[in-house]
Amino acid sequence: MQTALRTSLPETELASRANFAPQARMLREERPLQTSGLPLSIRGLRKSFGDNEVLRGIDLYIPAGQFVAIVGKSGCGKSTLLRLIAGLEKIDAGSISFGDAVQPEDIRVMFQEPRLLPWARVLSNVEVGLGRDRASADAHARAEKALTEVGLTDKRDQWPSVLSGGQKQRVALARALVSRPRVLAFDEPLGALDALTRISMQRLLERVWRDQGFTAILVTHDVSEAVALADRVLVIDEGRIAHDVTVNAARPRQRGSAELASLEGSILSHLLSADDRT
Amino acid sequence: MSLIDTVSLPRSFRLPRVDGLIQWIVPLAIIAIWQVASVTGFVPTRVLPAPSDVVLAGWKLLLSGELVRNIWVSFWRASIGFLIGGSIGFAFGLANGLSQLSAKLTDTTLQMVRNVPHLALIPLVILWFGIDESAKLFLVALGVFFPIYLNTLHGIRTVDPQLIEMGRIYGMTDSELFRRVIFPGALPSIFVGIRFALGIMWLTLIVAETIAASSGLGYMAMQAREFMLIDVVVLSILIYALLGKLADSASRVLERLTLSWHPAFQKR
Ligand SMILES: Nc1ncnc2c1ncn2[C@@H]1O[C@H](COP(=O)(O)OP(=O)(O)O)[C@@H](O)[C@H]1O
Ligand SMILES: [Mg+2]
Repeated sequence: MQTALRTSLPETELASRANFAPQARMLREERPLQTSGLPLSIRGLRKSFGDNEVLRGIDLYIPAGQFVAIVGKSGCGKSTLLRLIAGLEKIDAGSISFGDAVQPEDIRVMFQEPRLLPWARVLSNVEVGLGRDRASADAHARAEKALTEVGLTDKRDQWPSVLSGGQKQRVALARALVSRPRVLAFDEPLGALDALTRISMQRLLERVWRDQGFTAILVTHDVSEAVALADRVLVIDEGRIAHDVTVNAARPRQRGSAELASLEGSILSHLLSADDRT
Repeated sequence: MSLIDTVSLPRSFRLPRVDGLIQWIVPLAIIAIWQVASVTGFVPTRVLPAPSDVVLAGWKLLLSGELVRNIWVSFWRASIGFLIGGSIGFAFGLANGLSQLSAKLTDTTLQMVRNVPHLALIPLVILWFGIDESAKLFLVALGVFFPIYLNTLHGIRTVDPQLIEMGRIYGMTDSELFRRVIFPGALPSIFVGIRFALGIMWLTLIVAETIAASSGLGYMAMQAREFMLIDVVVLSILIYALLGKLADSASRVLERLTLSWHPAFQKR
Protein backbone atom coordinates (compact mmCIF):
# COMPACT_ATOMS: atom_id res chain seq x y z
CA MET A 1 0.00 0.00 0.00
CA GLN A 2 2.60 2.42 1.23
CA THR A 3 4.49 2.35 -2.07
CA ALA A 4 1.62 4.01 -3.91
CA LEU A 5 1.60 6.83 -1.39
CA ARG A 6 4.41 9.29 -1.33
CA THR A 7 5.31 10.05 2.23
CA SER A 8 6.70 13.50 1.60
CA LEU A 9 7.47 15.67 -1.38
CA PRO A 10 11.13 16.58 -1.92
CA GLU A 11 11.63 20.28 -1.30
CA THR A 12 13.42 20.84 -4.59
CA GLU A 13 10.47 19.66 -6.60
CA LEU A 14 8.17 21.96 -4.64
CA ALA A 15 10.42 24.93 -5.21
CA SER A 16 10.62 24.36 -8.90
CA ARG A 17 6.87 23.95 -9.14
CA ALA A 18 6.32 27.24 -7.43
CA ASN A 19 8.89 29.06 -9.56
CA PHE A 20 7.83 27.72 -12.89
CA ALA A 21 4.12 27.84 -12.54
CA PRO A 22 3.40 27.96 -16.32
CA GLN A 23 5.25 24.71 -16.91
CA ALA A 24 3.55 23.10 -13.97
CA ARG A 25 0.26 24.16 -15.43
CA MET A 26 1.05 22.43 -18.70
CA LEU A 27 2.13 19.30 -16.95
CA ARG A 28 -0.80 19.05 -14.58
CA GLU A 29 -3.98 20.70 -15.75
CA GLU A 30 -5.59 20.30 -12.37
CA ARG A 31 -3.38 22.87 -10.66
CA PRO A 32 -5.13 26.15 -10.00
CA LEU A 33 -4.50 28.56 -12.87
CA GLN A 34 -2.70 31.28 -10.99
CA THR A 35 -1.44 30.60 -7.57
CA SER A 36 -2.16 33.50 -5.31
CA GLY A 37 -1.70 31.08 -2.45
CA LEU A 38 0.98 31.16 0.18
CA PRO A 39 3.22 28.23 0.98
CA LEU A 40 3.09 27.08 4.54
CA SER A 41 5.90 25.62 6.50
CA ILE A 42 5.47 24.14 9.95
CA ARG A 43 8.40 23.00 12.07
CA GLY A 44 8.32 21.06 15.33
CA LEU A 45 4.89 22.40 16.25
CA ARG A 46 3.68 21.45 19.72
CA LYS A 47 0.56 22.30 21.63
CA SER A 48 -0.78 21.12 24.97
CA PHE A 49 -3.86 21.99 26.98
CA GLY A 50 -2.79 21.44 30.58
CA ASP A 51 -1.53 17.86 30.77
CA ASN A 52 -3.15 16.98 27.48
CA GLU A 53 -0.39 16.92 24.85
CA VAL A 54 -2.44 17.41 21.71
CA LEU A 55 0.21 18.09 19.07
CA ARG A 56 3.62 16.50 19.68
CA GLY A 57 5.81 17.79 16.92
CA ILE A 58 4.23 18.50 13.54
CA ASP A 59 6.56 19.01 10.58
CA LEU A 60 4.83 19.93 7.40
CA TYR A 61 5.44 21.82 4.20
CA ILE A 62 2.51 22.82 2.06
CA PRO A 63 3.39 24.35 -1.31
CA ALA A 64 1.50 27.40 -2.49
CA GLY A 65 -1.91 26.64 -3.89
CA GLN A 66 -2.06 23.04 -2.74
CA PHE A 67 -5.32 21.55 -1.48
CA VAL A 68 -4.56 19.57 1.66
CA ALA A 69 -7.05 17.52 3.62
CA ILE A 70 -6.47 16.57 7.24
CA VAL A 71 -8.18 13.51 8.69
CA GLY A 72 -7.85 11.71 11.98
CA LYS A 73 -10.04 10.34 14.70
CA SER A 74 -12.09 12.68 16.80
CA GLY A 75 -10.04 14.60 19.37
CA CYS A 76 -6.71 13.96 17.65
CA GLY A 77 -6.01 17.68 17.32
CA LYS A 78 -7.17 18.53 13.79
CA SER A 79 -9.04 21.63 14.89
CA THR A 80 -6.18 22.61 17.16
CA LEU A 81 -3.74 22.46 14.23
CA LEU A 82 -6.08 24.56 12.12
CA ARG A 83 -6.56 27.11 14.88
CA LEU A 84 -2.82 27.38 15.33
CA ILE A 85 -2.38 27.97 11.60
CA ALA A 86 -5.09 30.64 11.70
CA GLY A 87 -3.46 32.27 14.71
CA LEU A 88 -6.39 31.59 17.04
CA GLU A 89 -4.28 29.73 19.60
CA LYS A 90 -0.82 30.33 20.98
CA ILE A 91 2.00 28.08 19.83
CA ASP A 92 3.77 26.20 22.67
CA ALA A 93 6.87 25.31 20.66
CA GLY A 94 7.95 25.23 17.04
CA SER A 95 7.01 27.58 14.25
CA ILE A 96 4.53 28.23 11.49
CA SER A 97 5.66 30.43 8.65
CA PHE A 98 4.12 31.59 5.42
CA GLY A 99 6.41 32.34 2.51
CA ASP A 100 5.57 36.02 2.58
CA ALA A 101 4.72 38.83 4.93
CA VAL A 102 1.09 38.04 5.73
CA GLN A 103 -1.76 40.47 6.26
CA PRO A 104 -4.63 39.42 8.53
CA GLU A 105 -6.86 39.37 5.42
CA ASP A 106 -4.60 36.78 3.77
CA ILE A 107 -5.68 33.95 6.04
CA ARG A 108 -9.32 33.02 6.51
CA VAL A 109 -11.07 30.23 8.39
CA MET A 110 -14.43 28.64 7.85
CA PHE A 111 -16.04 26.60 10.61
CA GLN A 112 -18.71 23.96 10.82
CA GLU A 113 -21.11 26.62 12.09
CA PRO A 114 -21.62 29.47 9.63
CA ARG A 115 -21.22 32.08 12.41
CA LEU A 116 -23.24 34.70 10.57
CA LEU A 117 -24.47 37.76 12.42
CA PRO A 118 -28.23 37.10 12.70
CA TRP A 119 -28.91 40.85 12.87
CA ALA A 120 -27.09 41.71 9.65
CA ARG A 121 -28.42 41.15 6.15
CA VAL A 122 -26.62 38.64 3.96
CA LEU A 123 -24.68 41.30 2.07
CA SER A 124 -23.42 43.06 5.16
CA ASN A 125 -22.42 39.70 6.63
CA VAL A 126 -20.25 39.23 3.58
CA GLU A 127 -18.81 42.73 4.00
CA VAL A 128 -17.59 41.73 7.46
CA GLY A 129 -15.06 39.56 5.59
CA LEU A 130 -13.33 42.59 4.13
CA GLY A 131 -11.60 43.19 7.44
CA ARG A 132 -9.95 46.59 7.46
CA ASP A 133 -11.30 47.38 3.99
CA ARG A 134 -14.89 47.32 5.28
CA ALA A 135 -15.21 51.07 5.04
CA SER A 136 -13.77 51.36 1.52
CA ALA A 137 -15.89 52.68 -1.32
CA ASP A 138 -15.99 49.42 -3.25
CA ALA A 139 -16.98 47.30 -0.24
CA HIS A 140 -20.51 46.76 -1.58
CA ALA A 141 -19.30 45.83 -5.02
CA ARG A 142 -16.74 43.39 -3.69
CA ALA A 143 -19.26 41.76 -1.38
CA GLU A 144 -21.73 41.40 -4.24
CA LYS A 145 -19.08 39.81 -6.39
CA ALA A 146 -18.28 37.28 -3.66
CA LEU A 147 -21.99 36.51 -3.32
CA THR A 148 -22.19 35.93 -7.05
CA GLU A 149 -19.30 33.49 -6.82
CA VAL A 150 -21.26 31.34 -4.37
CA GLY A 151 -24.47 31.79 -6.36
CA LEU A 152 -26.48 33.73 -3.78
CA THR A 153 -26.90 37.15 -5.40
CA ASP A 154 -30.67 36.99 -4.99
CA LYS A 155 -30.38 36.55 -1.21
CA ARG A 156 -28.35 39.70 -0.59
CA ASP A 157 -31.09 41.49 1.35
CA GLN A 158 -32.31 38.53 3.39
CA TRP A 159 -31.79 37.87 7.07
CA PRO A 160 -29.61 34.81 7.69
CA SER A 161 -32.41 33.13 9.64
CA VAL A 162 -34.44 32.52 6.48
CA LEU A 163 -31.61 30.68 4.72
CA SER A 164 -31.11 26.92 4.64
CA GLY A 165 -28.04 25.35 6.26
CA GLY A 166 -26.27 25.03 2.93
CA GLN A 167 -27.07 28.63 1.95
CA LYS A 168 -25.78 29.92 5.28
CA GLN A 169 -22.55 28.04 4.73
CA ARG A 170 -22.27 29.54 1.26
CA VAL A 171 -22.64 33.02 2.75
CA ALA A 172 -19.88 32.12 5.20
CA LEU A 173 -17.77 31.02 2.24
CA ALA A 174 -18.43 34.30 0.45
CA ARG A 175 -17.41 36.16 3.60
CA ALA A 176 -14.18 34.15 3.73
CA LEU A 177 -13.49 34.72 0.03
CA VAL A 178 -14.28 38.41 -0.22
CA SER A 179 -10.84 39.53 0.97
CA ARG A 180 -9.15 37.27 -1.60
CA PRO A 181 -7.33 35.20 1.02
CA ARG A 182 -4.13 33.38 0.17
CA VAL A 183 -4.70 30.61 2.70
CA LEU A 184 -8.17 29.28 3.44
CA ALA A 185 -8.60 26.85 6.34
CA PHE A 186 -11.79 24.83 6.67
CA ASP A 187 -12.78 23.07 9.89
CA GLU A 188 -15.36 20.46 8.86
CA PRO A 189 -17.32 23.12 6.98
CA LEU A 190 -19.77 20.61 5.53
CA GLY A 191 -20.12 18.47 8.65
CA ALA A 192 -23.64 19.64 9.42
CA LEU A 193 -25.07 19.41 5.91
CA ASP A 194 -27.17 16.68 4.33
CA ALA A 195 -25.58 14.39 1.74
CA LEU A 196 -26.88 16.17 -1.35
CA THR A 197 -26.02 19.68 -0.15
CA ARG A 198 -22.60 18.36 0.85
CA ILE A 199 -21.81 17.20 -2.64
CA SER A 200 -22.83 20.47 -4.24
CA MET A 201 -20.82 22.37 -1.61
CA GLN A 202 -17.80 20.16 -2.32
CA ARG A 203 -18.07 21.07 -5.99
CA LEU A 204 -18.33 24.74 -5.05
CA LEU A 205 -15.24 24.54 -2.82
CA GLU A 206 -13.26 22.87 -5.57
CA ARG A 207 -14.40 25.45 -8.11
CA VAL A 208 -13.50 28.51 -6.03
CA TRP A 209 -10.18 26.94 -5.12
CA ARG A 210 -9.38 26.40 -8.80
CA ASP A 211 -10.55 29.89 -9.72
CA GLN A 212 -8.65 31.69 -7.01
CA GLY A 213 -5.70 29.47 -6.32
CA PHE A 214 -5.47 29.93 -2.56
CA THR A 215 -3.80 27.31 -0.43
CA ALA A 216 -6.62 25.19 1.00
CA ILE A 217 -6.46 23.23 4.24
CA LEU A 218 -9.55 21.17 4.86
CA VAL A 219 -10.21 19.31 8.10
CA THR A 220 -12.83 16.67 7.56
CA HIS A 221 -14.03 13.43 9.12
CA ASP A 222 -15.22 12.23 5.74
CA VAL A 223 -12.40 10.35 3.99
CA SER A 224 -14.24 10.18 0.68
CA GLU A 225 -14.58 13.98 0.78
CA ALA A 226 -10.86 14.23 1.47
CA VAL A 227 -9.82 12.10 -1.51
CA ALA A 228 -12.38 13.74 -3.78
CA LEU A 229 -11.10 17.26 -3.12
CA ALA A 230 -7.51 17.18 -1.99
CA ASP A 231 -4.12 16.93 -3.69
CA ARG A 232 -2.85 15.38 -0.52
CA VAL A 233 -4.36 13.79 2.57
CA LEU A 234 -2.66 13.95 5.97
CA VAL A 235 -3.58 11.47 8.67
CA ILE A 236 -2.93 12.75 12.19
CA ASP A 237 -2.42 10.26 14.98
CA GLU A 238 -0.99 10.66 18.47
CA GLY A 239 -0.12 14.28 17.85
CA ARG A 240 1.92 13.65 14.72
CA ILE A 241 1.40 13.32 11.01
CA ALA A 242 1.21 9.55 10.71
CA HIS A 243 0.59 9.36 6.97
CA ASP A 244 0.97 11.74 4.08
CA VAL A 245 -0.92 10.47 1.06
CA THR A 246 -0.73 12.09 -2.37
CA VAL A 247 -3.88 11.95 -4.47
CA ASN A 248 -2.87 12.01 -8.10
CA ALA A 249 -6.29 11.50 -9.66
CA ALA A 250 -6.98 14.01 -12.43
CA ARG A 251 -9.62 16.69 -12.01
CA PRO A 252 -12.52 16.89 -12.44
CA ARG A 253 -12.59 13.74 -10.40
CA GLN A 254 -14.94 10.89 -10.90
CA ARG A 255 -16.60 10.31 -7.57
CA GLY A 256 -16.64 6.62 -6.69
CA SER A 257 -13.98 5.74 -9.25
CA ALA A 258 -11.85 2.69 -8.50
CA GLU A 259 -8.76 4.88 -8.04
CA LEU A 260 -10.37 7.08 -5.38
CA ALA A 261 -12.08 4.13 -3.73
CA SER A 262 -8.83 2.26 -3.25
CA LEU A 263 -7.14 5.37 -1.83
CA GLU A 264 -10.07 5.89 0.48
CA GLY A 265 -9.83 2.28 1.60
CA SER A 266 -6.17 2.57 2.45
CA ILE A 267 -6.64 5.81 4.39
CA LEU A 268 -9.54 4.30 6.29
CA SER A 269 -7.41 1.32 7.23
CA HIS A 270 -4.78 3.71 8.65
CA LEU A 271 -7.48 5.39 10.69
CA LEU A 272 -8.88 2.09 11.92
CA SER A 273 -5.50 0.71 12.92
CA ALA A 274 -4.91 3.91 14.88
CA ASP A 275 -8.25 3.37 16.55
CA ASP A 276 -7.46 -0.24 17.45
CA ARG A 277 -4.38 0.76 19.38
CA THR A 278 -6.44 2.78 21.87
CA MET B 1 -40.84 36.40 27.04
CA SER B 2 -42.63 38.26 24.36
CA LEU B 3 -40.58 36.27 21.91
CA ILE B 4 -42.12 33.09 23.15
CA ASP B 5 -45.73 34.10 23.06
CA THR B 6 -45.33 35.49 19.58
CA VAL B 7 -43.79 32.30 18.29
CA SER B 8 -46.07 29.83 19.93
CA LEU B 9 -49.20 31.17 18.26
CA PRO B 10 -50.14 28.51 15.72
CA ARG B 11 -50.64 29.99 12.31
CA SER B 12 -54.16 28.68 11.90
CA PHE B 13 -55.35 30.94 14.74
CA ARG B 14 -54.09 34.05 13.01
CA LEU B 15 -56.95 35.73 11.23
CA PRO B 16 -55.26 38.97 10.20
CA ARG B 17 -58.45 41.03 9.71
CA VAL B 18 -60.22 39.97 12.87
CA ASP B 19 -57.02 39.77 14.91
CA GLY B 20 -57.10 43.44 15.90
CA LEU B 21 -60.73 43.31 16.99
CA ILE B 22 -60.85 39.93 18.68
CA GLN B 23 -58.85 41.03 21.71
CA TRP B 24 -61.39 43.77 22.51
CA ILE B 25 -64.42 41.50 22.67
CA VAL B 26 -63.86 40.36 26.26
CA PRO B 27 -63.11 43.82 27.76
CA LEU B 28 -66.11 45.32 25.99
CA ALA B 29 -68.37 42.52 27.19
CA ILE B 30 -67.16 43.05 30.76
CA ILE B 31 -67.94 46.77 30.57
CA ALA B 32 -71.39 46.06 29.15
CA ILE B 33 -72.20 43.55 31.88
CA TRP B 34 -70.84 45.94 34.51
CA GLN B 35 -73.03 48.79 33.19
CA VAL B 36 -76.13 46.60 33.24
CA ALA B 37 -75.34 45.31 36.73
CA SER B 38 -74.98 48.88 38.05
CA VAL B 39 -78.06 50.29 36.35
CA THR B 40 -80.26 47.44 37.57
CA GLY B 41 -78.87 47.91 41.08
CA PHE B 42 -77.42 44.41 41.17
CA VAL B 43 -74.10 45.99 42.17
CA PRO B 44 -74.65 48.98 44.52
CA THR B 45 -72.96 52.16 43.22
CA ARG B 46 -71.36 52.59 46.67
CA VAL B 47 -69.30 49.47 45.87
CA LEU B 48 -68.69 50.05 42.20
CA PRO B 49 -69.98 53.00 40.17
CA ALA B 50 -71.38 52.39 36.70
CA PRO B 51 -68.91 52.78 33.82
CA SER B 52 -70.96 55.75 32.63
CA ASP B 53 -70.41 57.46 36.00
CA VAL B 54 -66.69 56.84 35.76
CA VAL B 55 -66.60 58.36 32.29
CA LEU B 56 -68.61 61.32 33.54
CA ALA B 57 -66.22 61.85 36.47
CA GLY B 58 -63.35 61.68 34.03
CA TRP B 59 -64.99 64.26 31.79
CA LYS B 60 -65.49 66.68 34.68
CA LEU B 61 -61.87 66.30 35.82
CA LEU B 62 -60.75 66.76 32.27
CA LEU B 63 -62.64 70.03 31.96
CA SER B 64 -61.22 71.33 35.23
CA GLY B 65 -57.72 70.45 33.97
CA GLU B 66 -57.04 68.44 37.10
CA LEU B 67 -56.91 65.12 35.27
CA VAL B 68 -54.36 66.22 32.70
CA ARG B 69 -52.22 67.84 35.37
CA ASN B 70 -52.15 64.72 37.54
CA ILE B 71 -51.53 62.37 34.63
CA TRP B 72 -48.72 64.62 33.47
CA VAL B 73 -47.12 64.66 36.92
CA SER B 74 -47.27 60.87 37.17
CA PHE B 75 -46.03 60.40 33.64
CA TRP B 76 -43.13 62.75 34.27
CA ARG B 77 -42.14 60.96 37.46
CA ALA B 78 -42.36 57.58 35.77
CA SER B 79 -40.25 58.64 32.79
CA ILE B 80 -37.55 60.48 34.69
CA GLY B 81 -37.30 57.73 37.31
CA PHE B 82 -37.15 55.13 34.56
CA LEU B 83 -34.48 57.02 32.66
CA ILE B 84 -32.31 57.49 35.73
CA GLY B 85 -32.64 53.93 37.06
CA GLY B 86 -32.55 52.41 33.59
CA SER B 87 -29.39 54.22 32.54
CA ILE B 88 -27.56 53.35 35.73
CA GLY B 89 -28.69 49.72 35.47
CA PHE B 90 -27.68 49.59 31.81
CA ALA B 91 -24.29 51.12 32.59
CA PHE B 92 -23.60 48.62 35.37
CA GLY B 93 -24.85 45.77 33.18
CA LEU B 94 -22.48 46.80 30.40
CA ALA B 95 -19.54 47.31 32.70
CA ASN B 96 -20.00 44.02 34.52
CA GLY B 97 -20.76 42.10 31.35
CA LEU B 98 -17.67 43.38 29.58
CA SER B 99 -15.16 43.60 32.40
CA GLN B 100 -14.29 40.82 34.80
CA LEU B 101 -12.74 43.32 37.17
CA SER B 102 -15.85 45.45 37.32
CA ALA B 103 -18.03 42.37 37.84
CA LYS B 104 -15.87 41.13 40.69
CA LEU B 105 -15.93 44.54 42.25
CA THR B 106 -19.67 45.29 42.18
CA ASP B 107 -21.78 42.29 41.23
CA THR B 108 -21.95 40.66 44.67
CA THR B 109 -22.89 43.94 46.31
CA LEU B 110 -25.61 44.60 43.77
CA GLN B 111 -27.00 41.08 44.16
CA MET B 112 -27.21 41.66 47.89
CA VAL B 113 -29.01 44.97 47.55
CA ARG B 114 -31.40 43.31 45.11
CA ASN B 115 -32.75 41.14 47.91
CA VAL B 116 -34.10 44.18 49.75
CA PRO B 117 -37.63 44.85 48.45
CA HIS B 118 -37.35 48.44 47.31
CA LEU B 119 -40.82 49.34 48.57
CA ALA B 120 -39.67 48.42 52.07
CA LEU B 121 -37.46 51.48 51.87
CA ILE B 122 -40.44 53.87 51.74
CA PRO B 123 -40.27 54.90 55.41
CA LEU B 124 -36.55 55.52 55.08
CA VAL B 125 -37.01 57.41 51.83
CA ILE B 126 -39.65 59.64 53.42
CA LEU B 127 -37.23 60.40 56.25
CA TRP B 128 -34.53 61.26 53.73
CA PHE B 129 -36.48 63.20 51.14
CA GLY B 130 -39.84 63.99 52.74
CA ILE B 131 -42.67 63.79 50.24
CA ASP B 132 -40.55 65.67 47.79
CA GLU B 133 -40.31 64.74 44.06
CA SER B 134 -36.92 63.16 44.68
CA ALA B 135 -38.50 60.53 46.96
CA LYS B 136 -40.67 59.19 44.12
CA LEU B 137 -37.89 59.42 41.55
CA PHE B 138 -35.54 57.59 43.88
CA LEU B 139 -37.98 54.73 44.44
CA VAL B 140 -38.86 54.36 40.77
CA ALA B 141 -35.21 54.49 39.74
CA LEU B 142 -34.29 51.88 42.33
CA GLY B 143 -37.11 49.58 41.24
CA VAL B 144 -36.23 49.91 37.57
CA PHE B 145 -32.49 49.49 38.12
CA PHE B 146 -32.44 45.77 38.87
CA PRO B 147 -34.38 44.26 35.97
CA ILE B 148 -32.42 46.39 33.53
CA TYR B 149 -29.11 45.61 35.21
CA LEU B 150 -29.70 41.87 35.43
CA ASN B 151 -30.99 41.45 31.90
CA THR B 152 -28.32 43.61 30.31
CA LEU B 153 -25.67 41.61 32.15
CA HIS B 154 -27.28 38.33 31.19
CA GLY B 155 -27.66 39.44 27.58
CA ILE B 156 -24.02 40.38 27.24
CA ARG B 157 -22.76 37.25 28.95
CA THR B 158 -24.79 34.98 26.72
CA VAL B 159 -23.70 36.46 23.40
CA ASP B 160 -22.47 33.53 21.31
CA PRO B 161 -18.69 33.31 21.94
CA GLN B 162 -18.27 31.86 18.45
CA LEU B 163 -19.63 35.09 16.99
CA ILE B 164 -17.23 37.10 19.11
CA GLU B 165 -14.35 34.94 17.89
CA MET B 166 -15.58 35.44 14.33
CA GLY B 167 -15.57 39.22 14.83
CA ARG B 168 -12.00 39.08 16.12
CA ILE B 169 -10.85 36.88 13.23
CA TYR B 170 -12.25 39.39 10.80
CA GLY B 171 -10.34 42.17 12.49
CA MET B 172 -13.08 44.07 14.30
CA THR B 173 -11.83 46.61 16.79
CA ASP B 174 -13.24 46.54 20.33
CA SER B 175 -15.77 49.25 19.56
CA GLU B 176 -16.84 47.59 16.32
CA LEU B 177 -17.14 44.29 18.13
CA PHE B 178 -19.40 45.94 20.68
CA ARG B 179 -21.50 47.76 18.10
CA ARG B 180 -21.86 44.93 15.61
CA VAL B 181 -21.79 41.79 17.74
CA ILE B 182 -22.16 42.22 21.49
CA PHE B 183 -24.83 44.91 21.72
CA PRO B 184 -27.17 43.48 19.06
CA GLY B 185 -26.72 40.05 20.63
CA ALA B 186 -27.68 41.36 24.06
CA LEU B 187 -30.63 43.40 22.80
CA PRO B 188 -33.37 40.75 23.05
CA SER B 189 -32.48 40.22 26.69
CA ILE B 190 -32.29 43.97 27.33
CA PHE B 191 -35.85 44.27 26.04
CA VAL B 192 -37.04 41.61 28.44
CA GLY B 193 -35.49 43.77 31.18
CA ILE B 194 -37.19 46.90 29.88
CA ARG B 195 -40.60 45.29 29.91
CA PHE B 196 -40.14 43.96 33.43
CA ALA B 197 -38.90 47.38 34.48
CA LEU B 198 -41.96 49.13 33.02
CA GLY B 199 -44.23 46.98 35.16
CA ILE B 200 -42.20 47.72 38.27
CA MET B 201 -42.11 51.41 37.37
CA TRP B 202 -45.90 51.78 37.53
CA LEU B 203 -46.25 49.61 40.59
CA THR B 204 -43.65 51.63 42.48
CA LEU B 205 -45.20 54.89 41.43
CA ILE B 206 -48.71 53.89 42.50
CA VAL B 207 -47.51 52.87 45.94
CA ALA B 208 -45.29 55.92 46.36
CA GLU B 209 -47.95 58.37 45.21
CA THR B 210 -50.58 56.78 47.38
CA ILE B 211 -48.43 56.99 50.48
CA ALA B 212 -46.42 60.14 50.03
CA ALA B 213 -47.43 62.70 47.45
CA SER B 214 -49.32 65.93 46.96
CA SER B 215 -50.01 65.44 43.27
CA GLY B 216 -50.23 62.69 40.69
CA LEU B 217 -52.71 59.94 39.96
CA GLY B 218 -52.12 58.06 43.20
CA TYR B 219 -52.68 61.26 45.15
CA MET B 220 -55.84 61.95 43.16
CA ALA B 221 -57.16 58.52 44.11
CA MET B 222 -56.36 59.01 47.80
CA GLN B 223 -58.03 62.44 47.83
CA ALA B 224 -61.09 60.99 46.18
CA ARG B 225 -61.23 58.25 48.83
CA GLU B 226 -61.35 60.88 51.59
CA PHE B 227 -64.31 62.55 49.92
CA MET B 228 -65.92 59.18 49.11
CA LEU B 229 -65.72 59.90 45.36
CA ILE B 230 -65.64 56.26 44.37
CA ASP B 231 -66.00 57.04 40.65
CA VAL B 232 -62.75 59.03 40.75
CA VAL B 233 -61.01 56.20 42.59
CA VAL B 234 -62.04 53.73 39.91
CA LEU B 235 -61.08 56.23 37.21
CA SER B 236 -57.55 56.53 38.65
CA ILE B 237 -57.15 52.77 38.71
CA LEU B 238 -58.30 52.50 35.10
CA ILE B 239 -55.93 55.25 34.00
CA TYR B 240 -53.04 53.46 35.66
CA ALA B 241 -53.97 50.32 33.77
CA LEU B 242 -54.15 52.27 30.53
CA LEU B 243 -50.78 53.94 31.05
CA GLY B 244 -49.22 50.60 31.89
CA LYS B 245 -50.63 49.08 28.73
CA LEU B 246 -49.42 52.08 26.71
CA ALA B 247 -45.87 51.78 28.02
CA ASP B 248 -45.86 48.09 27.25
CA SER B 249 -47.13 48.65 23.73
CA ALA B 250 -44.50 51.32 23.13
CA SER B 251 -41.75 48.94 24.17
CA ARG B 252 -43.20 46.25 21.92
CA VAL B 253 -43.17 48.59 18.95
CA LEU B 254 -39.56 49.51 19.70
CA GLU B 255 -38.72 45.82 20.03
CA ARG B 256 -40.32 45.03 16.72
CA LEU B 257 -38.40 47.81 15.02
CA THR B 258 -34.99 46.93 16.43
CA LEU B 259 -35.31 43.15 16.43
CA SER B 260 -36.73 42.79 12.94
CA TRP B 261 -33.94 40.31 12.20
CA HIS B 262 -35.22 37.96 14.88
CA PRO B 263 -37.13 34.94 13.53
CA ALA B 264 -39.90 35.65 16.05
CA PHE B 265 -40.61 39.04 14.49
CA GLN B 266 -40.50 38.11 10.86
CA LYS B 267 -43.45 38.22 8.57
CA ARG B 268 -43.76 34.69 7.32
N1 LIG C 1 -9.42 25.28 24.40
C1 LIG C 1 -9.16 24.03 24.84
N2 LIG C 1 -8.93 23.81 26.14
C2 LIG C 1 -8.65 22.57 26.60
N3 LIG C 1 -8.59 21.47 25.83
C3 LIG C 1 -8.82 21.63 24.51
C4 LIG C 1 -9.11 22.90 23.95
N4 LIG C 1 -9.29 22.76 22.62
C5 LIG C 1 -9.11 21.44 22.36
N5 LIG C 1 -8.82 20.77 23.49
C6 LIG C 1 -8.54 19.32 23.57
O1 LIG C 1 -7.58 19.01 22.61
C7 LIG C 1 -7.87 17.78 22.00
C8 LIG C 1 -7.97 17.95 20.50
O2 LIG C 1 -9.09 18.73 20.19
P1 LIG C 1 -9.47 19.11 18.71
O3 LIG C 1 -8.32 19.74 18.05
O4 LIG C 1 -10.72 19.91 18.78
O5 LIG C 1 -9.77 17.68 18.08
P2 LIG C 1 -10.42 17.32 16.68
O6 LIG C 1 -9.39 16.52 15.99
O7 LIG C 1 -11.61 16.47 16.97
O8 LIG C 1 -10.77 18.58 15.98
C9 LIG C 1 -9.13 17.26 22.64
O9 LIG C 1 -8.78 16.32 23.61
C10 LIG C 1 -9.74 18.48 23.26
O10 LIG C 1 -10.43 18.12 24.42
MG1 LIG D 1 -12.63 19.44 15.45
